[in-house]
Amino acid sequence: MTGTAVDLIWLAPALALLGFVLNGTLALARPATKTAVSIIGVGVLLGAFAIGIAVFRSFVALHTDAPVVFQYWSWIPVGSLQVNVGFQVDQLSTVMLLVVTGVGSLIHIFSVGYMQEDPGYARYFAYLNLFVFFMLLLVLGSSFPVMFVGWEGVGLCSYLLIGFWFSDKVNADAGRKAFIMNRIGDFGFMVAMFMIFWSTGSLDFGTVFSHAPTAFVAGGGAITAITLFLFLGCTGKSAQIPLYTWLPDAMAGPTPVSALIHAATMVTAGVYLVARCNLLFAMAPVSGAVVAGVGALTALFAATIALKQWDIKRVLAYSTISQLGYMFVAVGTGGAAISAGIFHLATHAFFKALLFLGSGSVIFAMHRAYHASHSHEDAQDMRNMGGLARHMPWTTTLMWIATLAIAGVPPLSGFFSKDEILTAVFARGTPQPAWLVFGGLGLVTALLTAFYMTRLMLYTFHGPNRTGGEERRHLFEAPWIMTAPLLVLGLLSLAGGLLNVPELYHGNAWLQHWLEPISRSSVALLPETHLATGTEWMLVGIAVAVAAIGIVGAWRLLNLETIVPAHSAPAERGFARVLRNKWYVDEIYDALIVRPIVWLSREVLWKWIDQQVIDGALVNGAARGTRAVGWANRWLQTGQVGVYVAVFLVGVLLLLWRAMS
Amino acid sequence: MYATWVLTALLAWPLITGAIVMLVPSRMAKHVALVASLIEFGISVPVWWTFIPGTGMQLVADHAWISAWGIRYTVGVDGISLFLVLLTTFLMPLSILGSWSYIMKRENGFYALLLVLTTGMIGVFVALDLFLFYVMWEVMLIPMYFIIGVWGGDNRLYAAIKFFIYTFFGSLLMLVAILVLYLHAGRETGVYSFGYMHLLSHVATLGSIAWWLFGAFFLAFAIKVPLFPLHTWLPDAHVEAPTAGSVILAGILLKMGTYGFLRFALPFFPAVALHQTVQLIIVVLSLIGIIYGGLVAMVQPDFKKLIAYSSVAHLGFVMLGIWALTLQSVQGALLVMINHGISTGALFFLVGMIYERRHSQLIEAYGGIARVVPLFAAILTVVSLSSIALPGTNGFVGEFLVLLGAFRTYPVAATIATTGVIVAAAYLLTALQRVIFNPLTSHENEKLTDLTPRELAVLVPLLVCILWVGVYPKPFLRRMEPSARALIQQVRPGLVQGDAP
Repeated sequence: MTGTAVDLIWLAPALALLGFVLNGTLALARPATKTAVSIIGVGVLLGAFAIGIAVFRSFVALHTDAPVVFQYWSWIPVGSLQVNVGFQVDQLSTVMLLVVTGVGSLIHIFSVGYMQEDPGYARYFAYLNLFVFFMLLLVLGSSFPVMFVGWEGVGLCSYLLIGFWFSDKVNADAGRKAFIMNRIGDFGFMVAMFMIFWSTGSLDFGTVFSHAPTAFVAGGGAITAITLFLFLGCTGKSAQIPLYTWLPDAMAGPTPVSALIHAATMVTAGVYLVARCNLLFAMAPVSGAVVAGVGALTALFAATIALKQWDIKRVLAYSTISQLGYMFVAVGTGGAAISAGIFHLATHAFFKALLFLGSGSVIFAMHRAYHASHSHEDAQDMRNMGGLARHMPWTTTLMWIATLAIAGVPPLSGFFSKDEILTAVFARGTPQPAWLVFGGLGLVTALLTAFYMTRLMLYTFHGPNRTGGEERRHLFEAPWIMTAPLLVLGLLSLAGGLLNVPELYHGNAWLQHWLEPISRSSVALLPETHLATGTEWMLVGIAVAVAAIGIVGAWRLLNLETIVPAHSAPAERGFARVLRNKWYVDEIYDALIVRPIVWLSREVLWKWIDQQVIDGALVNGAARGTRAVGWANRWLQTGQVGVYVAVFLVGVLLLLWRAMS
Repeated sequence: MYATWVLTALLAWPLITGAIVMLVPSRMAKHVALVASLIEFGISVPVWWTFIPGTGMQLVADHAWISAWGIRYTVGVDGISLFLVLLTTFLMPLSILGSWSYIMKRENGFYALLLVLTTGMIGVFVALDLFLFYVMWEVMLIPMYFIIGVWGGDNRLYAAIKFFIYTFFGSLLMLVAILVLYLHAGRETGVYSFGYMHLLSHVATLGSIAWWLFGAFFLAFAIKVPLFPLHTWLPDAHVEAPTAGSVILAGILLKMGTYGFLRFALPFFPAVALHQTVQLIIVVLSLIGIIYGGLVAMVQPDFKKLIAYSSVAHLGFVMLGIWALTLQSVQGALLVMINHGISTGALFFLVGMIYERRHSQLIEAYGGIARVVPLFAAILTVVSLSSIALPGTNGFVGEFLVLLGAFRTYPVAATIATTGVIVAAAYLLTALQRVIFNPLTSHENEKLTDLTPRELAVLVPLLVCILWVGVYPKPFLRRMEPSARALIQQVRPGLVQGDAP
């Protein structure tokens, strides 16, 4: 208890939970309710955001480096295992708290417009509120198990919202795929927890991190295994190689869900986890390199796929995977680079939420247009769009801001955060050359990012329109309740860089200093790095040049006149086809893992071992055997005394013979 | 005062009311049975507070029974059996209410058998005289045989006989083992008694015969658990049993196996149980149960069979937790036993409810019904999530404790067992999707009616438990801890593992 507004932290998740309970009840009892649902759904989020701001301000005023920990009740107390339900307010969790409730509020408001006509309106807001509740548990939890409650809880909400329109098998499949792939990651999280507990005797962040330097040998097997298992959890939740394939499918959910869960908040949980455990990762250099390496590879790999997708949301999905890879490069680098990762997490939340919501407005308009003409064309295929700038000027402008931001054009937010990561990575390259490779991959990714985002903008908003003559007359800007949140996100995407203007530009690097207490203990464990000012300026120059080449390249190379609507488009050939089919990774997983397991389970384990061997041969075989013996015995029980006597005599003779020999 | 008669009352009341149920008009049978089981539950509730967390047996009643053979009526509970008794009295009224419209023939007999079964089950958990234990073990066997055999599905006779012979085979071996223990202790001391403590205090001198006795107990209990490969009676019994039969079978009867290990097999034969080879066999069989049970569940076309195989997986966690013998793993195992009763019980109720409407328990008969029966779908979702151990539900606390505790003793096995959480998500979410999500294709499903108030009355108490144990399990853990600690102390003297890492 601090006697300040920080004590109110519990109210933020409690409000979200209240929203879930109320909206959930309405969804079951009066599914047609709209107004009350909107007021509750958006109201609790705005309330949580207000509390977030109050908590943040009070925490700043406390001028403390140490976290403020609240213990509410004893959850799992068994012997030396004492898990409490507790929250931790510190520099990292307050940043996450503000991102989650702030961006969350905007997306809730947008949803009021986007989902207005949906029959599952109340159910939608119930799930969305529940998601925020679990997300807040995730970022506020003061121990691994409490964080894990949020960790699996957000996965549940993701599952429910991906499959929100569950009457389509594709959507329900996508939700299930997301949950199961996340569970593979959660397996890693759990094993890591077991190892942490038996090494440090606790699962509370405070105790674990203070005991870690004595409990583990830096660079040893135990700490390396723990961090790799934790990172396995991250690859599930944050869609990294090899567990990323659920995220593109997750686009089956309503678009605001993609913005909130699958871009701005939930998928960044892995980045948050590595940042939270930065001390552990700093003690395991191999794991740090694995995190950064997998991040860099994922960033590049996903960017190549984004080049050839036609579904507007899928481009953004692969872009999200790619940008998450960037963040992992940063947190894998560790030390002060943690702040670069969290910085990119925040700016990405702004511009990627804007891109998703903007694409939501586009899809919303396309739907209405096709609805008006009773057409069944694909409202998300960019080949059916084109020239929408004339019909949706606000959305176009705002999405361009976000595009320039993600491409890294100065002075937009993405420029600063991306540059911060590249600087940190190249600085690490001097003592450890592997990081030069990661940095190089990052630069190539930046080029591809600028290219595919410009491609998305050109195909969607510019050139001739391909929607259809009849439909064209029905293409409009979305209502204000949807555009207003976009405006706010546009401003944040523009100016978000102010959070952390580096000293290079005589900024005060606020976020970096703010997060210093979080990474302080790990800095000493990492090799010292320093980049000369000249090198830093050169890096900035290269990054800007790369972005410019990507944008101009797309502008020059793509011919908007030759695109034809989706239904008459020819199939891709050659390498383009491989990219279009996402390097066939889904097919490979299916053939190598999913099908063999199902076949093994059905044909071998069930039908053969269980039914034929155990039940058929052994159990029923024993029954048949018993019956056979009984049948045989029947012939012995003839009822003729003579036979009995004869058998008896033979037996006695045999016994005598045994006894004598 | 209450402490001395409560267990006896819990044993006698169902027998008396069972006889009354036979005499009332058949349309009254279920009402009388429901009231009787509610009173039974009411009698048991104060035990929650009367029980003082501590070592040793409580609420003990001890009277001479068949003096000539040293057989006594001795009953009592500790932190291990307490919750199994309460789970039994809690599930019985729900089972009776859940059978309300399911059982349409020979109602008197059905409800009377349920009540007799209650006595048998509680008797198994509270008996502290091994002869009494054996009698109760058989008492619960026979009503279940008839419940499956008379009120079951099309293939009920096969399933009932399979269930009976399997269990009976095991229990005969156990009887022989009990007699050997009795004679051994009698010969040592000159006092012939079936008393639990008496027999327990003379097991040290058994010598190599302990191996045979452990084997006999092992078979009897392993069949009940069931451990792979002794599990194939379970899917048949579940598929054929009426709803209440499945609920009780999964909820209570399976726990008699794991309870038997905790109460008898481990404390009586610690040297055998902790022998390297025996440990290896049991851990491997538990792992097979977890993974194999889950994978086979994944490909079941029949929802009840799916749940049956999932039980094999859940009980695998229990066995692993028991054998790991850390404070966390043993308490986790106890909690999984309770949780499995709650969650799997609820699953069987839900399948039974939809079966009553549509007369199919095949998964493919459904699809997309969340639109038609939203309340049913919501509750099925919550229960499924608790069964796959989502944090915040009861399932997580139990499995987490088992795996965390087992990791200390068997790190590799615990890691393999943890993959069970992936498999669990795969089989249950796939089934959930095929039942409540996907397109609504069948016309018959369009007219399904949602849950009635009576059905909600069955499910809501279970839902409350799911959240209660998930969010605040401390009252349960606190009452279990001294007994779990004592058990570990007894089996593996020295450091209670999990106390000082």
